[in-house]
Amino acid sequence: MHSDIYQKIKDHPDFHRLVAKRKSFALNLSAIVLVMYFGFILLVAFAPGVLAQPVAQGSVTTWGIPIGVLIIITSFLLTGIYVKRANTEFDEENQRIISECLKG
Amino acid sequence: MSEPLKRRILLPLLLISSVSMAGDLTAEQATQQADNGSAITMFVIFVVLTLGITLWSGRRTRSAADYYAAGGGITGFQNGLAIAGDYMSAASFLGISGLVYLSGFDGLIYSIGFLVGWPLILFMIAERLRNLGRFTFADVASFRLGQRQIRTLSAVGSLCVVALYLVAQMVGSGKLIQLLFGLPYHYAVVLVGFLMVLYVTIGGMLATTWVQIIKAILLLSGASFMALMVLIHVGFDMGDLFLKATQVHDKGIDIMAPGGLVSDPVSAISLGVALIFGTAGLPHILMRFFTVADAREARTSVFYATGLIGYFYILTFIIGFGAIVLVSTSSQFLDEAGALIGGNNMAAIHLSKAVGGDLLLGFISAVAFATILAVVSGLALAGASAVSHDLYANVFRPGASDEEEVRVSKITTVILGMVAIALGVLFEQQNIAFMVGLAFAIAASANFPVLLLSMYWQRLTTRGAMIGGWLGLMTAVSLVILGPIVWVQILGNERAIFPYQYPALFSVIVAFIGIWYFSVTDKSEAGAAEREKFDQQFVRSHTGLGAAQASDH
Repeated sequence: MHSDIYQKIKDHPDFHRLVAKRKSFALNLSAIVLVMYFGFILLVAFAPGVLAQPVAQGSVTTWGIPIGVLIIITSFLLTGIYVKRANTEFDEENQRIISECLKG
Repeated sequence: MSEPLKRRILLPLLLISSVSMAGDLTAEQATQQADNGSAITMFVIFVVLTLGITLWSGRRTRSAADYYAAGGGITGFQNGLAIAGDYMSAASFLGISGLVYLSGFDGLIYSIGFLVGWPLILFMIAERLRNLGRFTFADVASFRLGQRQIRTLSAVGSLCVVALYLVAQMVGSGKLIQLLFGLPYHYAVVLVGFLMVLYVTIGGMLATTWVQIIKAILLLSGASFMALMVLIHVGFDMGDLFLKATQVHDKGIDIMAPGGLVSDPVSAISLGVALIFGTAGLPHILMRFFTVADAREARTSVFYATGLIGYFYILTFIIGFGAIVLVSTSSQFLDEAGALIGGNNMAAIHLSKAVGGDLLLGFISAVAFATILAVVSGLALAGASAVSHDLYANVFRPGASDEEEVRVSKITTVILGMVAIALGVLFEQQNIAFMVGLAFAIAASANFPVLLLSMYWQRLTTRGAMIGGWLGLMTAVSLVILGPIVWVQILGNERAIFPYQYPALFSVIVAFIGIWYFSVTDKSEAGAAEREKFDQQFVRSHTGLGAAQASDH
């Protein structure tokens, strides 16, 4: 691919807007995952007692179980949220920027 | 040999050899175990079916793009299944359910670590990887950097990961087949190595992908059915399952809380770093992103893969607890000392018999074997590509033709098969779940930092990537050798020089600092030119303009 088209895209103001939008979206979602996971694993290391608390009086089920399962489900949901927006909004904008730059 | 002629000769040969192999198995097991005919039948069906697919794929595999990346013609959903298949290895199916069986909640901690790398791969790597690369992740890492140096580094990193991962799979397969089919360990390892070489050399990525997809569907169905039977047993009351488990387990109520897996904060974080960054540095997984048409499909595949893998881990958790309740209480699965026959990793296998009799045992055994075959095939292809595409075609013989490259890849696959067999024999007595952990540490410290920074950090230069990447690799390897598993358990020394089981935290930091320092202090002209090229790479990585297209069939 020719470098002038790359340059043209790079100078396109909408390209920068798209990149910034995608970046902050990806960063926010990554932060959620990292905080969630390292919060969990640090809880395991520093305060295992918290996860060992029973969910109800007399129950053997501990808070660790629903929290763990919730992390798995949340991880999946976050991928869904990202893919939905990236495959529609971001891709459309991307396509528009490319065709504008290829045209003129 | 012409293509149709080869087919006409190969097809009957393969069918005969697999049938006669089955004949040997049947004769063998008749003397040792009487009740695994269904396992052998189902396994033979799987092998025949997958060899058929392999021959079909072999016919469609013409170019290097077909061989390495299935022509880019795999859909997002198919690739999601294949990624899940690659990830749901026998080590994780048997290892994690075995870990749950042994210590309950700790198994969940492990699974979560394996899973959370996936959303991060999606957010940070997947689309850029697809937009920049063709066949291997080194294509991306070396995109604007020195080809020879970076590809050598990436290839060595890939081969280390592939070798370790292969060992884990080989050992698992040997044990499993020994137990289930009554076939001696060494025969089993040879059989797996042999079939792996057939799949990869004849069918390339297309065959490897379809073997993986079929196996993923079989494994998910089998595991779902087992979990369902466990849930039926407890009347769909998870609380009741946990209660029953705590009543019969040696550790009692302690299995419901974090136990010994991660006891100190350093190990906890280090394990987390290894699993998250390691997943994003596994060559056989990264390679999968080149089998789809574009970035959109690459994203979609991670969505499906994450869902399937997460679902699978929830199943292994239920299966592990089900095994505590149904297997540990039944003398038929225990030896004289009260331990599980075949070790803790057999918990899921025994459970299949407990909830579904010999038929389900046969099915799950065949699936477990199929899992191993599929995963080792993916690994072998990744390892062979690192040698042929990165080392041969870009370092030793730049300008080699596609045909030569693919031929080198096939030869490498054969060699890898032999190495895998040898290592499988050598490492017979090691814990397979931890072997995978070591592979992750190397992937996290050698492959991932260079790959990530090559895409995100303009000031990265070849010098920085080289020195930092090698430092990360060597740190990970040395700390593994000096750590408790190799230094104490394998080499028989009294005390580990490096006290932690998971070195990733240290080796990843070493890699990043090394890359950073030696990049920013790089004042060379070559370095400046590499920084100049970042803008073009940046635009391509975001827009996909100029990315490798799917070849048409």
